[in-house]
Amino acid sequence: MSINQSGWKPEMTTEHGTAGATFTGNRALMLEEPLIFEIGSTETTGVECAAPPKAADRLGGLARSRPIGLPGLSEPETVRHYTRLSRQNYAIDLGLFPLGSCTMKHNPRLNEKVARMPGFADIHPLQPQETVQGAIEVINQLSWWLIELTGMYGVAMSPKAGAHGELCGLLCIRSALEARGDPRSVVLVPESAHGTNPATAAFCGYKVEDIPATAEGRVDLDALKRRLGPDVAAVMITNPNTCGLFERDMKAISDAVHAAGAFVYCDGANFNAIVGRVRPGDLGIDAMHINLHKTFSTPHGGGGPGSGPVVLSEALSPYGPIPYSARYADGHFRMVEEETAGEEHPDTFGRMTAFHGQMGMFTRALTYILSHGADGLRQVAEDAVLNANYVLRALEDVLDAPFGPSGPCMHEALFSDEGFPEGFSTLDVAKGLIDEGYHPMTMYFPLVVHGAMLVEPTETESKAALDQFIGALRSVAERAKAGDAALKGAPYFAPRRRLDETLAARKPVLVWREDEAAEAAE
Amino acid sequence: MRYLPLTPDDRSAMLGSIGVKSIDDLFVDVPAAAQLAGPIAGLPMHASELAVERHMAALARKNLTAGEAPFFLGCGAYKHHVPASVDHIIQRGEFLTAYTPYQPEIAQGTLQMLFEFQTQVARLTGCDVANASMYDGSTACWEAIVMARRITKRGKAILSDGLHPHYVSVARTMAKFTGDVLDLSLPTLVPETDAERLLGAIDGETSCVVVQYPDILGRIGDLSEIAARAHEKGALLIAVVTEPVALGALKSPGEMGADIVVGEGQSIGVGLQFGGPYVGLFACQEKFVRQMPGRLCGETVDAEGKRGFVLTLSTREQHIRREKATSNICTNSGLCALAFSIHMTLLGERGLRDLAALNHGLAVDAAERLAAVPGVELVNDSFFNEFTLRLSKEARPVVRDLADKGILAGVSLGRLYPDGEGRENGLVVAVTETSTHEDVDALCAGLKEVLA
Repeated sequence: MSINQSGWKPEMTTEHGTAGATFTGNRALMLEEPLIFEIGSTETTGVECAAPPKAADRLGGLARSRPIGLPGLSEPETVRHYTRLSRQNYAIDLGLFPLGSCTMKHNPRLNEKVARMPGFADIHPLQPQETVQGAIEVINQLSWWLIELTGMYGVAMSPKAGAHGELCGLLCIRSALEARGDPRSVVLVPESAHGTNPATAAFCGYKVEDIPATAEGRVDLDALKRRLGPDVAAVMITNPNTCGLFERDMKAISDAVHAAGAFVYCDGANFNAIVGRVRPGDLGIDAMHINLHKTFSTPHGGGGPGSGPVVLSEALSPYGPIPYSARYADGHFRMVEEETAGEEHPDTFGRMTAFHGQMGMFTRALTYILSHGADGLRQVAEDAVLNANYVLRALEDVLDAPFGPSGPCMHEALFSDEGFPEGFSTLDVAKGLIDEGYHPMTMYFPLVVHGAMLVEPTETESKAALDQFIGALRSVAERAKAGDAALKGAPYFAPRRRLDETLAARKPVLVWREDEAAEAAE
Repeated sequence: MRYLPLTPDDRSAMLGSIGVKSIDDLFVDVPAAAQLAGPIAGLPMHASELAVERHMAALARKNLTAGEAPFFLGCGAYKHHVPASVDHIIQRGEFLTAYTPYQPEIAQGTLQMLFEFQTQVARLTGCDVANASMYDGSTACWEAIVMARRITKRGKAILSDGLHPHYVSVARTMAKFTGDVLDLSLPTLVPETDAERLLGAIDGETSCVVVQYPDILGRIGDLSEIAARAHEKGALLIAVVTEPVALGALKSPGEMGADIVVGEGQSIGVGLQFGGPYVGLFACQEKFVRQMPGRLCGETVDAEGKRGFVLTLSTREQHIRREKATSNICTNSGLCALAFSIHMTLLGERGLRDLAALNHGLAVDAAERLAAVPGVELVNDSFFNEFTLRLSKEARPVVRDLADKGILAGVSLGRLYPDGEGRENGLVVAVTETSTHEDVDALCAGLKEVLA
């Protein structure tokens, strides 16, 4: 008999055996939850309503006759449905959320309490202004802080989010150019910019052209100067930029742009890195939006609401939108609207949203700002930058940091997938991080870096939290570099494995339909 | 500072690991001239939670809240009772402190909620599909006009005179810059909507007709004929709904042929909040889905074949298409969409219909009582929970005088249309389930006194 060639394969059991599928599909605290359309009924309700007074209807013959198809649930079922859903989400409250460019910092709960005070939450935007003096004063106080912190001349408070703020800034610029009889057609945007920048410029009728970047990830000043000319209306720059770097030449850029008769728009998404240490107004910027949901920590809410006030230079302020809050010599406050704009703000480009903007975000942001004060906000920027550099230097031996050698980063650290073996990319690192209990960093942005990983830890993370995250990212990066095939299947421990996004786009199912569900069940 | 976990020792240790001496070494790329040496002069320093709460509470106390007064304001923002569980659920950290679901494996809670929201909005409006929300009704309305331009490749939009004047203003602002042509008119205090004008204006150049339902004066007009005429001329009908509770009692715009239905969702689940944040609703018929703005959530399966949800059709969006995107919108109104969806789930069809019937019944009752006050005349034949009164005096000072008596009487048309021309005596009054019989008594008595 020859030597045993097959060996012996042991049973893969542990002391307690392996777990099979459960009856419910649940795995202990990981609970599956059906759609409301599968568990509710149109006759169930969790709300009791008084009976209406008896009267003939005055609906003009248009009373609804067809069913709507809206399922209802009782209150206990509703609370359970959404509580179960909530547990399938990652959130800042659960751990470090290093989504670059999004500034996922802790959301202080005092802000929530204040926003819910009836004096702010339960007032109508069209109440007589005498009855809402405190609300207008909130807008006015926040305006003052934003102007002081940025060193700008004025502020437009009504934009609803960052992209809406960009729109506001460009409309001011366009108005200013038209007022001097010099309409221009081109807006220059760096390739590394957020997608909203070119989209906004196009949305208000401009042609968009790229500005080249230098090898070290900054705007190429010479190339920009060569391109400037009488057709350029504005240059949109993000500073600190999306590579996590401060644009050293910002003042020279502004001077060149102004000399060419154009304006400088700054995307203020990354203001958190410099708040309290640098005032954009000192860099020659004409307009900049501030994402209150980033720098000033109003909650991101699973995709908004945001708020995007725009600070403006003296040259652009006359064109800002209505309404805006004004304080008068006798101490009273007023929203300047259509009625008096003709006298008080005659050159306004008009209104860009119904009502006055995101009041619920203003109360939260003002609360946040008052809590921090000038000293605390400066510390915010310093700690945000310190945390990002700590991550950058702790990982640059294992992950390629394309701009690492050129100096410190600002509040976010940028890595690439350079050096990964064939078949492994940033996506695998991201999905591996999910299994480690983290929300991944921003992937594949900015576009100028191959397989970009943009890590923004924010200032509200402790050193211990950073150390654990660094350890986790190092471990996943090492697995990717070693070509660990298991990583391609990650995540294993999330409520869902990798989802088929191609299928979703090829055969879009955007709403629940009973007939399709029945078909699928067959 | 209570929100910053790093200790001075941590900071020194971390600077050491990085290999620099001080924090200033990390700001070397900022030109010295632009750096501030210390905290900005003249600004207050940090403050305790107690001190900040006191400061903010003092500001809050200066406002007369809707809950403290007989309250009748509407015109695009409505006071409804929001069940306590709505606010409880939206404060769960997993919803409140998450972001746009870019990583679907750990965002199924938000994604499934959005899928449910999209379905609720589509069904309510009578459309095939809906998106994951816009900023508010007014911006959703302009986005719909832009979408109609893309679909029809025409640039003239006809706006009904019953469209909320702020929505008209937003469209006017944008059209100034985009070159879109707007056919506009101002409302008069008559019972009929401007359907006749719209029917006459639709031509082969028209991209869309925009009609609010019920309109700014509360009037309800049939959309079917306008839809038919628009379609005959190759144009789209955009219906705008600022009070979604109305759709519990009224035929949906989709049923009457609307191609796109946009709306303000604030009434359901979102409080008044002095105008924002609110939640824009955006629904349309299936064939236009690839021209929609904003995020869309879609169903799919994971690697094990389990149902799951993802953001989809993103090739319409700015982060992929950049200047060729259908819109520049990024962050939308996720948490308000959640509040809307929870409230709608609590209501269900039965609850929504009951709520709508109650609103309408109370409004009919109130309209009759108010019309009996000397100097007050009801303009509307038809209305849902909001109607227009013609007063014997200019409404604006009347509203102010009533506010002095602690009554928030409604919206004077002079506030919305400062140019007068017969509208200045108009008062738009909204009556919801929150308005009591005694509130209406107080309004009747107040008007009687002020108009005498």
